[in-house]
Amino acid sequence: MIQHRETFLENVAKQLGRPGRTSGVKRPVYQKSPQHNVMKDHSKDELLAILKDQCLAIHTDFKQTTHDGIEKAIDEVLEEYKASSVITWNDPRFDAYGLSDFQKRENVDVWDAGKESRSIELAERADVGITFSDYTLAESGTVVLLSNKGKGRAVSLLPTYYIAIIPKSTLVPRMTQATDAIHKMVEAEGARLPSCINFITGPSNSADIELNLVVGVHGPIRACYIVVEDR
Amino acid sequence: MPMKIGDPSFDTRVEKGLKDTFMRQAVTSAQERLKLAKGKAEEELGNWEEWRSLSEEIRAHTLENIDYYLHQLSENVSKNGGHVFFAQTAEDANAYIKEVAQKKNAKKVIKSKSMVTEEISMNEALESVGCEVIESDLGEYILQIDDHDPPSHIVAPALHKNKEQIRDTFIEKKGYTKSSNPQELTLFARELLRKEFLEADIGVTGCNFAVAESGSISLVTNEGNARLATTLPKTQITVMGMERVVPTWEELDILVSMLCRSAVGQKLTSYVTGLTGAREEGDVDGPEEFHLVIVDNGRSKILGTEFQAALHCIRCAACINVCPVYRHVGGHSYGSIYPGPIGAVLTPLLEGYDDHKELPYASTLCAACTDACPVKIPLHEMLVKHRRNIAEEKRTTLSETFAMKGFGLVASSPALFNMSTRTAPFMLSPFTKDGSIKNGPGPMKGWTDIRDFPESKKERFRDWYKHRESKKGGGSK
Ligand code: SF4
Repeated sequence: MIQHRETFLENVAKQLGRPGRTSGVKRPVYQKSPQHNVMKDHSKDELLAILKDQCLAIHTDFKQTTHDGIEKAIDEVLEEYKASSVITWNDPRFDAYGLSDFQKRENVDVWDAGKESRSIELAERADVGITFSDYTLAESGTVVLLSNKGKGRAVSLLPTYYIAIIPKSTLVPRMTQATDAIHKMVEAEGARLPSCINFITGPSNSADIELNLVVGVHGPIRACYIVVEDR
Repeated sequence: MPMKIGDPSFDTRVEKGLKDTFMRQAVTSAQERLKLAKGKAEEELGNWEEWRSLSEEIRAHTLENIDYYLHQLSENVSKNGGHVFFAQTAEDANAYIKEVAQKKNAKKVIKSKSMVTEEISMNEALESVGCEVIESDLGEYILQIDDHDPPSHIVAPALHKNKEQIRDTFIEKKGYTKSSNPQELTLFARELLRKEFLEADIGVTGCNFAVAESGSISLVTNEGNARLATTLPKTQITVMGMERVVPTWEELDILVSMLCRSAVGQKLTSYVTGLTGAREEGDVDGPEEFHLVIVDNGRSKILGTEFQAALHCIRCAACINVCPVYRHVGGHSYGSIYPGPIGAVLTPLLEGYDDHKELPYASTLCAACTDACPVKIPLHEMLVKHRRNIAEEKRTTLSETFAMKGFGLVASSPALFNMSTRTAPFMLSPFTKDGSIKNGPGPMKGWTDIRDFPESKKERFRDWYKHRESKKGGGSK
């Protein structure tokens, strides 16, 4: 439902001193587009090196592993964080990356699309939430997560710690490549965007008390990225 | 809290600000650190000026076609099952929000940081229908439990408080028992607020940018509270100033990048969240109902005027962080929830000159704000335009106005020496426009005097203020 739009927009047009516009506006060809030049010809390995450096700036732990070493890498992080209970997305990539046994462990829960309150409760109680990254932005050290029914918003938010598994193929230079892809999704006929697209850059933090940085406020208090070589 | 904060006069507020040593030190060091971080973030990009030009172009195009983009935005929100309410005034917006709360039988509302809900006094409106409203941004929460102390900075609202004061507030109001260590204080607030999030019926958020092409809203935060407010409660209400729209995700990229770098010197903040409609079929978290309230509340009056570019503002506070006047008097002196240069420009536009006629004079016109602004709003030129308008409104007291304010300021502000040539004509125009001023011996003498004025960068506003006070004391008012 849309309420009071006509009068509101009529007034806006009047203030602008012209008839109202509800169609026919084209975006200009902008004079400059510096965003496309950032790390333009970087290889995946160069992007990976930048991501690794950026992790220092955003207080995020970093690990790199092969396809086969991924479960071990997760275990190392769990041990370091002294964490036991885990919740993961219900995402076919866990299977594709050989983590279906991991998901069957006793202390590991999987986001359950059928069970609302239970899924949220599990996420709220879990020590660690684990998701894959859909796009990974080297410049800022950001993982981009697109929600769907198996990919709950709460998994990367409610647990005390957060692990993002980053397939190396998801690496791109910066936000520009991700927003371009999202823009294309919008233009594709009939599609609606995922209800929640998160750009996550490290653990939550605040500088609201005397501008002192405190890591860990409402979201996770510590985060680790595990980059995996694609098969 | 309405836009105007506090009752004392401008002079009393300034007086108080100048005397508050902790506050002034805190502001000074905050400004230094934020400026440094922004400088670094600019450098890293390499071609900052190109990014600024692009940002300006985006904002100008969007505002020129704002009815088109708001129309498109509302179509797309509605297509995705959301509700859109266009609110001409603060009262309209509050009436709608109250109606939603009552329909949902809401008892508890959790809020993430939002300037526009402050501007329209939404909390009070919701409280009047029996809702408890809880601020979840750490800084806002601190202010709220401290008997609604007003914010003093648009990015770091509790900047004027030190950690001991915060500890004492927590002890007194919430039974806190630990130290003034920020880590411990934050952990305590995290635990208290987590409970509130889980119990809240409605989450209210502001909106950094809304994307017209997809009907999405975006939230830029570090703490994660905006994510919680849009993940747990069953109903989400997002309130946005009508100017806060961008055409597509491509423009969102640019403006979010500029906002993060300019506000806190980060490449991106911890969370940039793009939300489209309510939850989808099959989702088990996220709101079941989504309401977008688009607020005018005086903004449309600015369209089509010489101040239109003020609506380009992306609320990064970079202008505040470089302002020498803000440094000396602090955020409360402005008497508005929008302090600093952008506040001095915007507040009189939204609320009229009557209550805020001093604000355009709370500036040395050094142009640092204009240079800092990521979307190139000519802030100091707008302040001069305000002064001219105020002077024209009050022709009878014109000479007094300039002798007391404008000219007192000019005469004692060596910063004017640093003014680039492009700003000089703007400075002079109000004086040269009016014959009586141009030929008046007092003010012109002041202007020529400053050529030999001793350089004292740090003290310039205080000097100006003292100078103005002593003139007042001399019986000219
Ligand atoms: S006026 Fe410019 S610098 Fe100031 S808050 Fe707005 S965008 Fe930032």
